[in-house]
Amino acid sequence: MRDAENLFGIPTSRIDGVDKVTGAARYASDEPVVNPAYGYFVTSTIARGRISAFKLDRAKAVRGVLDILTYQNVGNEAAPPVGPDGGPTTTTLESDRIWHDGQIIAVVVAETYEAAREAANRVEVVYVEEKPSASFDSPGVESVPHKPQKSPDPKKGDAAGAFAAAAVKFEARYSTPTQHHNPIELFTATCAWDGPKLTVYEPSQFMWGTKNSVAARLRVNPEQVRAVSRYIGGAFGSKGPNPRTVWVAIAAKRVGRPVKLVPTRDQSFTIATYRAETRQHIKLGASADGKLTSLIHEGWEVTSRPSGYNVSGVESTARMYACPNIATAVNVVHADRNTPGYMRAPPETPYMFALESAMDELAYELKMDPVELRRVNDTQTDPVDGLPFSSRSLMQCFDQAAAKFGWRHRDARPGVMRDGEWLIGFGCATACYPSNLGPAAVRVSLTPDGKATVGLAGHEIGTGAYTLVAISTARSLGLHVDDVTVHMGDSDLPPIMVAGGSNNAASAANVVVKACDELKQRIAKAAVDAADSPLRGADADKLTLTDGKLLGPSGESEPLARAVSRTGHRIEAYAEYIPEGLPPSAVADMSKGNPLMLGGAGRKDVAAFAFGAHFVEVRVHSRTREIRVPRVVSAFAAGTIVNPKAAYSQFMGGAIWGLSSALLEETEMDEGSARYINDNLADYLIPVNADVPSVEIIMVPEKDERVNPLGIKGIGEIGIVGMNAAVANAVFHATGKRVRELPIRAEKLL
Amino acid sequence: MRSFVFERAADLPQAVKLGAGTRQGQTDAPAQFLAGGTTLIDLMKLEVLTPQRVVHLQSPGAPWSAIEVSPNGARLGAFAKMSTVADDARVLAQYPVIAQSLQLAASAQIRNMATLGGNVLQRTRCPYYRDPSWSACNKRVPGSGCAAIHGFNRNHAILGVDENCISQYPGDFAIALIALDARVELMGAEGTRLIPFASLHTGVQSQPHIETTLKPGEIIIAFHVPAGAWTRRSLYLKVRDRASYEFAIASAAVALSIEGEEVREARIGLGGMAYRPWRSQEAENILIGNPLTESSAAAAAAAALKSAIGHGHNDYKPELARRTIVRALLEAKALQLSSGAS
Repeated sequence: MRDAENLFGIPTSRIDGVDKVTGAARYASDEPVVNPAYGYFVTSTIARGRISAFKLDRAKAVRGVLDILTYQNVGNEAAPPVGPDGGPTTTTLESDRIWHDGQIIAVVVAETYEAAREAANRVEVVYVEEKPSASFDSPGVESVPHKPQKSPDPKKGDAAGAFAAAAVKFEARYSTPTQHHNPIELFTATCAWDGPKLTVYEPSQFMWGTKNSVAARLRVNPEQVRAVSRYIGGAFGSKGPNPRTVWVAIAAKRVGRPVKLVPTRDQSFTIATYRAETRQHIKLGASADGKLTSLIHEGWEVTSRPSGYNVSGVESTARMYACPNIATAVNVVHADRNTPGYMRAPPETPYMFALESAMDELAYELKMDPVELRRVNDTQTDPVDGLPFSSRSLMQCFDQAAAKFGWRHRDARPGVMRDGEWLIGFGCATACYPSNLGPAAVRVSLTPDGKATVGLAGHEIGTGAYTLVAISTARSLGLHVDDVTVHMGDSDLPPIMVAGGSNNAASAANVVVKACDELKQRIAKAAVDAADSPLRGADADKLTLTDGKLLGPSGESEPLARAVSRTGHRIEAYAEYIPEGLPPSAVADMSKGNPLMLGGAGRKDVAAFAFGAHFVEVRVHSRTREIRVPRVVSAFAAGTIVNPKAAYSQFMGGAIWGLSSALLEETEMDEGSARYINDNLADYLIPVNADVPSVEIIMVPEKDERVNPLGIKGIGEIGIVGMNAAVANAVFHATGKRVRELPIRAEKLL
Repeated sequence: MRSFVFERAADLPQAVKLGAGTRQGQTDAPAQFLAGGTTLIDLMKLEVLTPQRVVHLQSPGAPWSAIEVSPNGARLGAFAKMSTVADDARVLAQYPVIAQSLQLAASAQIRNMATLGGNVLQRTRCPYYRDPSWSACNKRVPGSGCAAIHGFNRNHAILGVDENCISQYPGDFAIALIALDARVELMGAEGTRLIPFASLHTGVQSQPHIETTLKPGEIIIAFHVPAGAWTRRSLYLKVRDRASYEFAIASAAVALSIEGEEVREARIGLGGMAYRPWRSQEAENILIGNPLTESSAAAAAAAALKSAIGHGHNDYKPELARRTIVRALLEAKALQLSSGAS
């Protein structure tokens, strides 16, 4: 095992930063292919019904049109799609069925993008339309209890009885809206056949998943499919195996040349996944001194007709605070909608909004400082399963952020702090996210000139993954980051877990360090056995690779060039990392497209979570009720931080998205037709610079030897969690008005 | 985007000739003028506007974008960029409501491209208008109905609407112009004419597809803003969901002349709530001749919103609008003006 403190923690600029800002970085749709044709999706304009006829004459008359794919000519050519939960999902070209608005119903292929688009606009569709159900309150939706995926819904003691008997009771209902990821890079796909072999260029968070899912749907051997995605322009959970790509592959086969398809922004609201709206009901019982005696948390989540997908955030909320009596439940509500899917901190973003709002409301009931309420309910033991947290530095986060924020200046009474016409509110909330790990494989080689090359099918989704791998390699082998060449984003490379659940840093760093340690062992072994080495006879286990040298315990050394060349011109190691607790087949399973991830409450030895605390100041105009957020201070303790420079931005980006999720983001719907309204970046509001004057991030040091060998907890998602509640809590403090339905807009405060 | 003929006029008279196919802002007009392009290009990409001819109004030279400020008033060339006028020291000092209405609009990039003339003609942001996959939109397809009335209408108009259209005029600059009683200088086939800005945009009048009173080929060449004791004590208050780069959910352009305690003259333009650029003389009349107080401001605001009609999601607007007017009036009253204050 390596000492993580010696390996990591040096702020490092991205090795691909210049390529990205100069346009040299090649995203999937930038990949050159020979003589491509261009595809364009035709999408449904109704949300429920059937297609009774296509009228294609006008479309086919457009000059340059090569082919039009519909269920009538290709419907049988693909196996059924699989939803984000592995279950059934809405279909596209498989049949005449319309499940939701904006469903892909045809693909036009033409010589140019413009011709394909023009022809797509001329496709006439005759529908047999049925009245759709848009969301919770629409007639015709069907609400059923969800099917717990891994373990039963968290439950302990007698929550109902304890609530009835509680000295202080609080109960409320909350809701969160539909939201869309809107990665700037659209959901593109380019498919090129070479005989029986297919290459798919597509932004993907799981290279081996895309390879396997496309193969499965085409009913071909996965060996025939290669997926390439060297850079991904934002994903946030939206870019995995999907129902679209197979049709582009089939189109390419039919026209006998590569097909490139770049959909539009408005299509991206309905051809990919989204964060479904939720409703939640919370009951909190507490003793007069603020100790929780009962937590009851029930959620309802919208999904499509065929899919049971749900995020079930009670898995996390049940574990936030010490509480002897817990009951949770989750329901799915089937509507005529696209199947939702993962979106940054899928369970925690909506469910922690309800819990952390309710905790704030309880603090007011108790006349207690909200920070102190968290303190009296803090715990080092998972309240549901009784396992120890691998580490939990929640209160350190609260205390450090509170000090920097100036929480002590808060007047606890709502509506009293003012700056002229502007009401001032302070709010805080807990952030948390499970610390996940996945299997990974990697190949690392080193040459005597001190250059290392690393290959793994990893995913640069904007988080700095190339740099993380380069840092892990360089620090393990005593090289500079510049000496490391990293190849990723190609399923011809060794597989690694899907870039989701914030596992990538832990999974990638652990496997890279393992491979580098094996290289070092072999180099050291050769040196201690060699007659010409100053390290002859030393204990190979005690040698290190440091600053371009093979170094002995008492300072004797030899240059890396000599030590490496003793093993040959090039030394290479292939390593697999399988986290303790996953089956030995985990890498093999992953390479078949079945990834297994371990973490959070899913472990047998510890409960593995990272924690944080957000502090927010809001200003609400006393008359017109605009809500502005002049400053945010957030602290996180997430184990080993590999690259503090990238981590700071990652935390900050998460906090800003949380702010956005609290105040601005909502995919609005026309209820009668179950169609989205603001399906563009002009009307789907996200913060601009003027909305985010100041975000300060504190990285609370935390050493965790139990979470994984390098103590890395992952930071990709925690930043967004709880921020929505912190803002809502601050709005209450400013105005005395509690808003339990996001987003919080001026009209809710009039 | 559909194919179209792109024409570049050598001068304005030729542009007037080439633009004979423009039709009072109708969506299906066979010709459209292109100035800064910040509205037209978007709507062509969305296939809301599908003109056969696009006539590029290249900036015809300095006189057409000049800003002239004299004791009698201001003349703003219609080809001036929004950003230029927003930053002009004379406009800032003498007509702050105009500078602010421009400064608070759009983004820096758009303000650098967009012209004043194009800005006042920008189209509604109604999502049902801007997406042709919605079949019912009387503004886009006359007689097809209005999807917004029973649809999602959070930022739809509450003033000047009828059962044919509840779309909202989205601009800011026009609100300042209507408040200040500006006039518009037009060049057309029969020479130039000057009309009140208030008569440039038409009301719904059962034909929402007709947006302006411009004659075929007619081009806005300047805005004339009369001087007055009220222009310096003026401001534009824009209430919106985010701090920048977003349309108003309510806005007010106010200008006041106050002598002693008495309001001698009041001008109130309203945005983010009306079908067309809106001026409330009902509200102005309540203020004139009286001290401006919280209660007189509230009475004026109530009068301004008397005819408001909500359609569900926008039911919050009358209250927000009243608050916006009160806030704007009281802030204007509180302005500290340098010498020569009125």
